[in-house]
Amino acid sequence: MIWDNLDYFLWGAAKLTNTFPYVKNIGGLAASIVLAVIGIFGAFWLGLLAGLMRISRNKISKYSAMVYIEVVRGTPLLMLIFWFFFLAPILLGRTLPSFESSLIAFIVFTSAYIAEIVRAGVNALPSGQMEAARGSGLSHVQAMRFVILPQALRNMIPSFVNQFVSLTKDTSLAYIIGVNELMRTAVQVDNRETRISFEIYITIAILYFVVCYILTSYSRSLEKKISRYQARDR
Amino acid sequence: MQYQFNWIASVTGEPGRWLWEGFVTTIEISFIGIFFAMVLGIIVCVLRMTRFKPFVWISAAYTEFFRNTPLLVQIFFWYFGAGVILPESLNNWINQLYYWFPGPFSLGGSQFEGQWMLFSSESASVIIALSVYTSAFIAEEIRAGIFSIPKNQLEASRATGLNFLQAYRFVILPQAIRIVIPPLISQFLNLIKNSSLAMAIGVTELAYQATQIESYHGLAFEGFTVVTLIYLAISLVISFAINMYNKHFMLQVKY
Repeated sequence: MIWDNLDYFLWGAAKLTNTFPYVKNIGGLAASIVLAVIGIFGAFWLGLLAGLMRISRNKISKYSAMVYIEVVRGTPLLMLIFWFFFLAPILLGRTLPSFESSLIAFIVFTSAYIAEIVRAGVNALPSGQMEAARGSGLSHVQAMRFVILPQALRNMIPSFVNQFVSLTKDTSLAYIIGVNELMRTAVQVDNRETRISFEIYITIAILYFVVCYILTSYSRSLEKKISRYQARDR
Repeated sequence: MQYQFNWIASVTGEPGRWLWEGFVTTIEISFIGIFFAMVLGIIVCVLRMTRFKPFVWISAAYTEFFRNTPLLVQIFFWYFGAGVILPESLNNWINQLYYWFPGPFSLGGSQFEGQWMLFSSESASVIIALSVYTSAFIAEEIRAGIFSIPKNQLEASRATGLNFLQAYRFVILPQAIRIVIPPLISQFLNLIKNSSLAMAIGVTELAYQATQIESYHGLAFEGFTVVTLIYLAISLVISFAINMYNKHFMLQVKY
């Protein structure tokens, strides 16, 4: 029974022979991964911006970033998803497809966590790096751009991978507003077939587990590799 | 876009009662979940640190599996899936839990009619899912905290004549607890936020009440804002407490 539905769990109703024209129909695990990939990409830039604003000396940008980060981190992701789902009709005057509105929620939610990673990563660098860069004649922005961020970002890669893992898990919440990702395909199959709920939920748990575990172990090995090249005090 | 905001209607009358009920349910689920998560987490962590290999493997597999699967899937699993592996009689008993505490009861000064939602099979499965999921994270946090104490502390205390348990009891744990508490509290915070997923299987907690207000009055924006603010208030209070704690105690940990 599970075997018959496995392709549905993996890519939903999309015809993989002709993927691109049908990409709208993509579902299942493929949709979860697409959500997670686009989400982490968007969240990276938004989070980098918020993180840099958070550590800047300008009071206005510092405090506005702080409020943003605290508010988003203090709110359950589910509430954010509902927010963007129900806010769009008020702001835009039309409904936003659930895929897009959940994507916005994922980006906003994850960016706050990435901002904290960025802040911690930049603060973890020895202050001598900044002083040396400024001393060699670079401006603050240049020093940030060419000396601090390249090192800090490389050290942050494992944390980004971890954030990607938790985003992959969190995409299951898009089920609630009706995105056809892995969780929803499972519920659909569960409603169609009776008496095999146990097998269905174990199957999708294993699917999520495989993806996330590979990424987690990858981030662990990256962490070991990177710690050798870190700039340290002394 | 002409949208008339109606904040009053979203917090008074029927919605107000729902919000309070949802708040109480969220807090109840969260606190019971935190309790069991701590118990499970400590057990898993202790098993992980023993020398007996099968214990280590089991607890490592437990941690990895529950950390790397979404909470929502786990909730659905415990609610819809787990029934078939239980014996028929136990299953029936769980399904009848809903009728165990009938009638009106008062809590925190306000009267509730109907059944005690907490003991429905829905909330039982949410509590199981939340505590199992969070316990995996808690086990990792505690392990990280204990490993962050330099190894020579243990060696030194063993050398001064303490046995293994005494060394842990008097030297390692008092230091580790200080380091572990802030990440533990943020795990509690995560658990409180994650309890919002309980609405997916129909537990009437805060997030569920927001959707109920939405369908009752059509006040989507107001309802979700109010509920978000309540969650925000809970987590800001707790993170404020963490910061105070850090200020008082973290400075004393020095090597």
